[in-house]
Amino acid sequence: MALGPYASFIVTSYALVAAVVLLLIVWIFADYRRQQARLSELEASGVTRRSRRTAADI
Amino acid sequence: MPLIDLANPSRFLALTGRILPWLAGATAILLAIGLYQSALAPDDYQQGATVKIMFIHVPNAWLSMFVWGVMSLAALGTLVWRHPLADVAAKAAAPIGAAFTFLALVTGSLWGRPMWGTYWEWDARLTSVLILFLMYLSLMALWRAVEDPSRAARAAAILTLVGAINIPIIKFSVDWWNTLHQPASVIRMGGPTLDKSFLWPLLVMAIAFSLLFITLHLAAMRNEILRRRVRSLQMMQASRTVFSSEQSASTKMGTA
Repeated sequence: MALGPYASFIVTSYALVAAVVLLLIVWIFADYRRQQARLSELEASGVTRRSRRTAADI
Repeated sequence: MPLIDLANPSRFLALTGRILPWLAGATAILLAIGLYQSALAPDDYQQGATVKIMFIHVPNAWLSMFVWGVMSLAALGTLVWRHPLADVAAKAAAPIGAAFTFLALVTGSLWGRPMWGTYWEWDARLTSVLILFLMYLSLMALWRAVEDPSRAARAAAILTLVGAINIPIIKFSVDWWNTLHQPASVIRMGGPTLDKSFLWPLLVMAIAFSLLFITLHLAAMRNEILRRRVRSLQMMQASRTVFSSEQSASTKMGTA
């Protein structure tokens, strides 16, 4: 596949799109892990949502 | 499952947890097919190989407008129907829309330099897309600035609906004004003017990027729901701490 005299523009475009999409995926995945960890930490300390409480808690 | 059940965040989390792996797989397969077809597409008789930039520029440009459309619907959901997931959907979509708009601007610039002889021109299409990008950033700043999500939701919904005026301006800017940017060649009266050897890779890439958006959006919505749960638990924990310290203070006063 020959990209001609403007190969650098084409390669930069595709590389940039790949980088930004990867960054989005990593950011969303890391955010999910962070929120899950904070939620488990809070629940471990005894703070739970009403829907999760048992009759004994109330 | 009736659609109204999705208004329940717990059911939404359960359903999207099952759907997301399939969506991610379909996105990866379609992206691979689209990239393969783009690599095999012939050179354009005028643009040469730079026509390959179109296969990533156009889907990003379409999605930059489509995401704002999704956010506008969500804004109506917040203001009119007060749907519990509407603001979650809008807030989760904004950074993804900003990323697509950024990519549309940069890949357009990288195509423009060899074809137009300039990276940037203050014409109607380019300027209106730049305004869209700045609007995405301002919305994200607004959500970060207001701590209470319900107050931020109303302000952001109004700003989103006002900003929706820019979407038809972007779409028709090439018809209304004399711009350097070429007029529409796919979504137009009379059908696409592109040759099939370019049209097919472009459509596959457009569907792949749309699936990518849906996948990332659902995942980001799940994160936002969890973030709001964390916030409400932290507030519950803080109020418990205040309550117990007040109780111990009153007990001490009673014994004194």
